[in-house]
Amino acid sequence: MDWETRLIHSGFDIEEHTGAVSIPIYQASTYRQTSVDEAARYEYGRSGNPTRNALEGTMAVLEGGSHGFAFSSGMAAISSALSLLKTGEHILVCRDVYGGTYRALTALFSRFGISNTFVDTTDILAIRAAIRPDTKALFLETPSNPLLRITDLRACVNLAREHGLFTIADNTFMTPYLQRPLELGVDVVVHSATKFLGGHSDVIAGVAVTANEQLAGTLRMIQTTFGAVLGPLDSWLVSRGIKTLKVRMDAQQETAGKLAEWLAANPLVKQVHYPGLAKHPGRDTHSSQSGGFGCVLSFTLADGVQARKFLKCVRIPILAVSLGGVESILTYPVTMSHASMPRECREELNVRDSLVRLSVGLEALADLKEGLDRALRESVTD
Amino acid sequence: MADKVFGDGKGRGKEMATRLVQSGVRFDTATGAVSVPIYQTATFRHPAPGETTGYDYTRTGNPTRQALEEALADLDGGAGAFAFSSGMAAIMAVMLLFETGDHIIFGEDLYGGTYRLMDWILVKFGLHVSYVDTTDLGAVAAAVRPETRGVVLETPSNPMLKTTDIAAVAAFCKERRLLTIVDNTLMTPYLQRPLEHGADLVVYSATKYLGGHNDLLAGIVVAATDKLAQDVALVQNGTGPVLAPHDSWLLLRGLKTLSIRMDRQQENAQRLAKWLSIQPQVLQVNYPGLDQVHVQAAGPGAMLSFSLKDAQAAKSVIQRLQIITYAESLGGVESLLTYPYLQTHADVPEETRERLGINDRLLRLSVGIEHYEDLRADLEHALRF
Repeated sequence: MDWETRLIHSGFDIEEHTGAVSIPIYQASTYRQTSVDEAARYEYGRSGNPTRNALEGTMAVLEGGSHGFAFSSGMAAISSALSLLKTGEHILVCRDVYGGTYRALTALFSRFGISNTFVDTTDILAIRAAIRPDTKALFLETPSNPLLRITDLRACVNLAREHGLFTIADNTFMTPYLQRPLELGVDVVVHSATKFLGGHSDVIAGVAVTANEQLAGTLRMIQTTFGAVLGPLDSWLVSRGIKTLKVRMDAQQETAGKLAEWLAANPLVKQVHYPGLAKHPGRDTHSSQSGGFGCVLSFTLADGVQARKFLKCVRIPILAVSLGGVESILTYPVTMSHASMPRECREELNVRDSLVRLSVGLEALADLKEGLDRALRESVTD
Repeated sequence: MADKVFGDGKGRGKEMATRLVQSGVRFDTATGAVSVPIYQTATFRHPAPGETTGYDYTRTGNPTRQALEEALADLDGGAGAFAFSSGMAAIMAVMLLFETGDHIIFGEDLYGGTYRLMDWILVKFGLHVSYVDTTDLGAVAAAVRPETRGVVLETPSNPMLKTTDIAAVAAFCKERRLLTIVDNTLMTPYLQRPLEHGADLVVYSATKYLGGHNDLLAGIVVAATDKLAQDVALVQNGTGPVLAPHDSWLLLRGLKTLSIRMDRQQENAQRLAKWLSIQPQVLQVNYPGLDQVHVQAAGPGAMLSFSLKDAQAAKSVIQRLQIITYAESLGGVESLLTYPYLQTHADVPEETRERLGINDRLLRLSVGIEHYEDLRADLEHALRF
């Protein structure tokens, strides 16, 4: 069965008992037990819920893994994956990681003796040099947020295996439609399903998938015991969103590619970051591991003043945090997605106040061009 | 202008029953909707960079969840309340306030899931735990070490329904600068408000009585002070185990009938406890309402456990019940029976279970709002094995 057909027919979304084509929303916390000696298939909502389990099964199939886990948010998924580590262990993390991941590691997990080093994962030698005796894991995002930097997943996996590390990849931007890290050897893949998977900016959710039996057992323990599980209705909404993942991404990606080219040629824009542009560093590596360039791009204006004026003038797209929905969204990383990263770190990464991130939605190309063009021109007039 | 028409959330009344039913009623100032709208959204538009409506991203703040959290903070008299995706997520959030090397004292008669959390996951984060009988302040004192940072207790405890003096433990903890954390799931703020007795943090599995309909998973943490509230907020936003908008709305809805549900459930429980205690097949009944004076709680609650004289009979009793359902969980409008030895407390060490009396004779009954006579007759039928 073709991958895109599996989006619709992954085998978990038709209810066995009645044949309901949409999985019922099991808004229940507990289940009647029919035997004293043996637990029924479902005992308690936190450890198992048919609606959530259907989503988890679908995500496992789509990512090419064996076990999926749905959480109440992307950060809950990431925190749960990070909880695979323990006191005294060290993790290497791509330095331009999402601000929330940065904060969880530096403000919370560090309290429990889980140390971290942020490295430029586009440089394999830099990763190798940062490995310590206590290093146990490598955390990657590719393309990264917000500069779309490309990390070579296969090379990282090889390096990790050489040193007995396990790898975690945040695959939010690409989704399994465009990139399947588990198939490249990554151990755990995580998602903010809030973004492209849910696709409608109307649900907060996170997912983790693995093909590794041992890690699956531990993740199951973490999910059940930490209890950051995704609710039934929200599980159903994400499952619903996934059905249109391909058609949404196809349309949004096509528009993103055209907008990237158009912005790159615009004299009011200094620089554009998008894996599809000819000069984007790592473009070839990206093409070797992904099926497309995605729907997120970022660009810099002359300075922070112009950027802020631009964002104030713009009507379509809207200004908000988040990305991946059917509506195009502009985000200002320095005050929004990367606000929880210290200024010095941001500067080192070139995430400056002239930078704007655009998640491309389903609006017509002409309308998006018109909206951006007008705001750009207004941003340089007094 | 809108505020004058629709009010500002105050004026909820003094009595708990009134305050419960008024939860969220004045929250919506945009339209005056008496039922809080379900903000099924992930993100919120910013008017301009650096400007916000007060909402940015649902993980950090969502109006529906906020309405719930404000109501809960008010009900327990706390500085802030936080809603999580499950009771365990709430307990976990409290544990994340500590750090490697800290030692925490737990009441020994507690939910098996907490045992599992402490033993397995937190040992690997370097937290140390001691389990003591918190009804015995001497035992608590004996367990304190230089690294001790907090005491976690449940009262009444689960499933033996033992009462711990919150004020005494809280005073003891304050002297030593330890955090007092109370799991108030069985009582709810309707019957017991730990912060009033000096506790620092209250946790709930809101899945139970607060939600009340066995239809949602949720956890709550209420903090006594602004500082603690900020610390919990950081964990909630940082690790993201937030309660979804739809489930927040369901929980708000459940709160409205908490007083009348608990009244009826408690009344049924008191009568059933008395009836069970004179049945020949029953060895012992554990229920605060039988022999204790209530100082810190307005009532004994609706949970009881009882042990059978004949351990072999437990299975038969369970199988003969027709109205009371054999299922995990508790606190809902439907009566539920569990077998702690095999279910909820299976993860508690054998030695501890034996000592506490959580053995193969023990059944735990969460009493619902069915008619008393039907429940009594169901138990009578089940006991005639």
